[in-house]
Amino acid sequence: MEEVRLMKGNEALAHAAIRYGADGYFGYPITPQSEVLETLEDEMPWETTGMVVLQAESEVAAINMVYAGAGCGKAVFTSSSSPGVSLMQEGISYIAASELPALIINVMRGGPGLGTIHPSQADYFQACKGGGHGDYHAIVLAPSSVQEMCDFVSLGWDLAFKYRTPAMILADGIVGQMMEKVVLPEQRPRRTEEQIRQQCPWATTGKKGRKQNIITSLELDDDRMEQNNLRFQRTYREIEKNETRCELINTDGCDYLLVAFGSMARICQKVMELAAEKGIKLGLVRPITLWPFPAQQIADAAKGCKGILTVELDAGQMIEDVKLAVNCNVEVKHYGRLGGNVPTPDEVLAALENLFINK
Amino acid sequence: MDINDIIKPENRVYKRPALLNDTHMHYCPGCSHGVVHKLIAEILEEMNAEDKAIGVAPVGCAVFAYNYIDVDFIEAAHGRAPAVATAIKRLQPDKLVFTYQGDGDLAAIGTAETIHAANRGENIAIVFINNAIYGMTGGQMAPTTLLGMKTATTPYGRRADLNGYPLAISNLVAQLDGACYVTRQSVHTPAAVRKAKAAIRKAFENSMAGKGTSLVEIVSTCNSGWKLPPVQANEWMKEHMFEKYPIGDLKNV
Ligand SMILES: Cc1ncc(C[n+]2csc(CCOP(=O)(O)OP(=O)(O)O)c2C)c(N)n1
Ligand code: SF4
Repeated sequence: MEEVRLMKGNEALAHAAIRYGADGYFGYPITPQSEVLETLEDEMPWETTGMVVLQAESEVAAINMVYAGAGCGKAVFTSSSSPGVSLMQEGISYIAASELPALIINVMRGGPGLGTIHPSQADYFQACKGGGHGDYHAIVLAPSSVQEMCDFVSLGWDLAFKYRTPAMILADGIVGQMMEKVVLPEQRPRRTEEQIRQQCPWATTGKKGRKQNIITSLELDDDRMEQNNLRFQRTYREIEKNETRCELINTDGCDYLLVAFGSMARICQKVMELAAEKGIKLGLVRPITLWPFPAQQIADAAKGCKGILTVELDAGQMIEDVKLAVNCNVEVKHYGRLGGNVPTPDEVLAALENLFINK
Repeated sequence: MDINDIIKPENRVYKRPALLNDTHMHYCPGCSHGVVHKLIAEILEEMNAEDKAIGVAPVGCAVFAYNYIDVDFIEAAHGRAPAVATAIKRLQPDKLVFTYQGDGDLAAIGTAETIHAANRGENIAIVFINNAIYGMTGGQMAPTTLLGMKTATTPYGRRADLNGYPLAISNLVAQLDGACYVTRQSVHTPAAVRKAKAAIRKAFENSMAGKGTSLVEIVSTCNSGWKLPPVQANEWMKEHMFEKYPIGDLKNV
């Protein structure tokens, strides 16, 4: 049964996973996302759905457990925050290269280094431009509400299984920690072994009635390795074609365009109200998939506008993709706060005025 | 009597295990890996475990173990095999899950995964090939390299002051409450091969019985890394390796 609850974004992730019929979670505590593991341990899904929950010895172990679970055709996931996700990069590259479906959640905090436990969006490059080694992509979803923290769990897994690729929920610490009303979906049953054998004929489920299955990313024959890479690239082009998502708010005939994701998109909605009071017409593009990036949608929305401001909790990362999207036909500027600081709507509006209007 | 009167199915005393693929192995002549692969294939066949076995291959010379042993396999990142096996077994508890790892994989880069899987008492079997060297990458020092032993990265011999001491990791694992069976074997004589086989079989049975983590260390040779022909490598192993790594059970509960 659907259920309306008030909870944190991190808690919503955990509930959504259980209700999706997840088979396993493997993770290691780190602020600001430890509520995911804590909520799962508190809910004890192994007693109800049979889901496995394991506190691993490190993020390195956790991502390799996810790799293994995905190799078995199971719906498995992990969650962490920036330093922990850095440790997972080799494993994510293996998951992509072995064409496995897995869900990875990064509730970003400020870096670099040990940095701060306060919110940030500075892992945009890491999430969208590879992160680990080799030519690969993960589908990157950017929730901006507790409801989306919940909904993107099933969306992430559905896409991961459809394309046999890792999907990442790239949330910032604000979305992880804030409390909002959320509609939790109905409980779905976990898939049976028979269903997994049918849906994932490649999975290591024991070679009953078929030939041996091998999960590996190793291929020492150059031509075959090139073919593997070309196959990955074809999948990425398909994903770009079918799965690019964004939200457009008041973009028609706007003077200036804001581009922001996650919590910053929420703040930008307030900025639009403040600007309207001053007679400035602002539009907002909120990328929902950061990879694939909604480049065409941004280019279309930017037609006729006088400038674009990207608002990010980083020193200017997504701005590079926005510049590519509009091919420098429109002036693109960045405003961001660093170190765990979060800008107020007034601050963003003042930045827009200084950068474009009063310059 | 004609030879063809003897070559009959009923007179057959030895055959290639059905689960050992009929293909060329990439291992160097005399390498212990091939013998241990054959034992695993034999045991899986004897246990009727072909449909429920899932192996975890390492990064190391045995990276292609899945090309030789004909059961489902996952190729783990370097050192992560025990974490990979943990998830497979927890998600599919009816399966026989084993890892196959070298000393660099298990006792250097993967030390944390080894210790913690065993400490949690994961119901997995770990087959550990200790050849005291990094075979695959060209003979560099391993954590198990003996003092004084020459390798590509200890060209004048391993020195305790520069490189630390050889690590008897099986003794460490034997200390852990989650480990039910830890033993050290070798495959340098027919008698040793039989004992090693019994040990691996016991480890596999423990995985199915849910008794905890089993670790079977096989003190092994690496002819290429040691730069010794097979017979001499076996001699060298007996003379030098068994002193630091004595054969026998370390734990059996
Ligand atoms: C993360 C990572 N680091 C390093 C390597 C390179 N590497 C491949 S095999 C290996 C050592 C293998 O030695 P061992 O585990 O003793 O197995 P053997 O080859 O002797 O059987 C190393 C360092 C790698 N593949 N991945
Ligand atoms: S390098 Fe050593 S471990 Fe590797 S196959 Fe050759 S003898 Fe065996």
